[in-house]
Amino acid sequence: MEALIPIIIVIAKVIGITFVLTLPIIAYSVYAERRFAAIIQDRVGPNRTGFAGLLQPLADGLKFILKEDFVPSHVNKFFFWLAPGLTMVPALVTLSVVPFGSALFGEKLVIADVSVGPLLVFAIASLSVYGITIAGWASNNKYSFFGGVRSCAQMISYEIALGLSVIPVLMVFGELNLSNIVQQQSESGWLILPLWNESGHMFSSAFWASPETHERLWLWIPMTISFFIFTISIFAETNRMPFDLPECETELVGGYHTEYSSMKFALFFLGEYAAMIVGSALIVTLFLGGWSLPFGWDSWVFDTFGNWAGLIHLGVFLGKLVAFILFFILIRWTVPRFRYDQLMKLGWVVFFEAALINIFIATVIIAAPHLDKGPLAALIIGVIIFSVLMFYIAKSLDKMLSSDGSDDKELIPPAENANN
Amino acid sequence: MAKVTKLTRPTLNKSDEVYLIGIFKGTLVTLKHAFKSLVGKSRGSESLKSSGLGVTMQYPEEKWDDELPEYYRGAPALVTDEQDRERCVSCQLCEFICPPKAIKIIPGEIPEGDEWAKVEKKPKEFEIDMIRCIYCGLCEEVCPEQAIYLRKDYAITGTSREEMVHDKERLYEIGGKRVGLVNKWNNLK
Repeated sequence: MEALIPIIIVIAKVIGITFVLTLPIIAYSVYAERRFAAIIQDRVGPNRTGFAGLLQPLADGLKFILKEDFVPSHVNKFFFWLAPGLTMVPALVTLSVVPFGSALFGEKLVIADVSVGPLLVFAIASLSVYGITIAGWASNNKYSFFGGVRSCAQMISYEIALGLSVIPVLMVFGELNLSNIVQQQSESGWLILPLWNESGHMFSSAFWASPETHERLWLWIPMTISFFIFTISIFAETNRMPFDLPECETELVGGYHTEYSSMKFALFFLGEYAAMIVGSALIVTLFLGGWSLPFGWDSWVFDTFGNWAGLIHLGVFLGKLVAFILFFILIRWTVPRFRYDQLMKLGWVVFFEAALINIFIATVIIAAPHLDKGPLAALIIGVIIFSVLMFYIAKSLDKMLSSDGSDDKELIPPAENANN
Repeated sequence: MAKVTKLTRPTLNKSDEVYLIGIFKGTLVTLKHAFKSLVGKSRGSESLKSSGLGVTMQYPEEKWDDELPEYYRGAPALVTDEQDRERCVSCQLCEFICPPKAIKIIPGEIPEGDEWAKVEKKPKEFEIDMIRCIYCGLCEEVCPEQAIYLRKDYAITGTSREEMVHDKERLYEIGGKRVGLVNKWNNLK
């Protein structure tokens, strides 16, 4: 019996976090997307099913189940069936390492408290590219194939920026366990809002004089750059709007899921939202303090609620998550879709170099207190030379790409030009 | 002679080139729309009679009926004159002009001894198939007796094809009474 208790706890966590929390959030983020999009566009959105349309996700699900699950005769059946699962499953698996709250009766609100959190997320999340690529290929249809190939190239490109931009963050924390990362932020301030957690301490002159504060203020620069690159890369990774080229309906009919219907399509659709939720959760965990409250209110929560503090923190985390999902939706209806070469240029020419330089800037700031003047100056000069070199490479790559036929003028054949 | 204004593409300034600032500005525009939409102050919500969210009117609960213009072309219907006589004299002009052939008239004779024997005919059956009707208003235009009018009813619904065929009774029910000139039904003519 004693041996069973940990297993029961794990099962309760899996069911609670995945089925009770995340799946409804996925369903309702579709509803939120439709309502918020409508509000932005001066419309109303679904408001008839249930109170204010709140039963709409259930109705959608029912519709998907009742639709005919059509498999075209020209597809590769095995991969056609495999692909939807391959997009949905990785997104849900990555949820296992996200800390949803602090401890509830001594049990951390995270399914797997492993010490390789971000690495596991990257490793599993990059599998979802297989889902989309295989879907495009197995559909045996040129538009789907284009969508699959595009997503393949896009996700691989942005994974590099994603991985590089998170390195400075992990250097600052010195830690790969997401629960401990959040714990650190809870104690000493959120990563990109470093002055928030001092509970009035920041008004004392001792605080401003301490070298720790100086280091944190300096670190704020590379952390903000990391935050921008990471957030935008997450947009690209999840195929969200400014980067939704794999499924852009104006060019590719429906992209990789053109041939899918019924529940198989729903899996793609919900997989995209699941990936969005995992991405938001990761951004919130790494940069915005996860479940922690600002201004040192966490200690107050722990004192007042004791064993139930985990629930408060769960609420805080979900609040931040929902805010980020709304931000995703807001961006979707603000920024128009990129052209494909612009997308690739942003990934390879801007973000790749910027993330690399950012790593070195963070390194210098972290190393500075431990170094003498001479080596420090040498290090700074080295970083500057490296940055200039990177900048030069980016510029020349940019020039090479834009003279390589992606320029509008050269796309029109000269003969046709003469006719006009 | 129209005046030709040559427009030049605006050059990007430094803040536009950075792009992130542009996105930020765009986000503010979108948020402003969302906020205005939530408080029911979207542009045009007043004149479009919005129900409070965005510019949309919640249709079955709120209707546009009192805003319909005089010349609105809804369902065609037959009218009676002020003495409750059927204005229609079964000349069948509307039946012939109807582009989708939605009107079907079976004329009936007014018997010899009747007070209005000089009118000769009145419709025995008059049917308009509302599935075929295109609301063009040619029947109204062609009618010499001003007996058929396009009313403002637009929500013509039914659960079967038979229900969508308006017979004479239904047409008079929609149409009602219309005061004014009569030709054949006029004693003096």
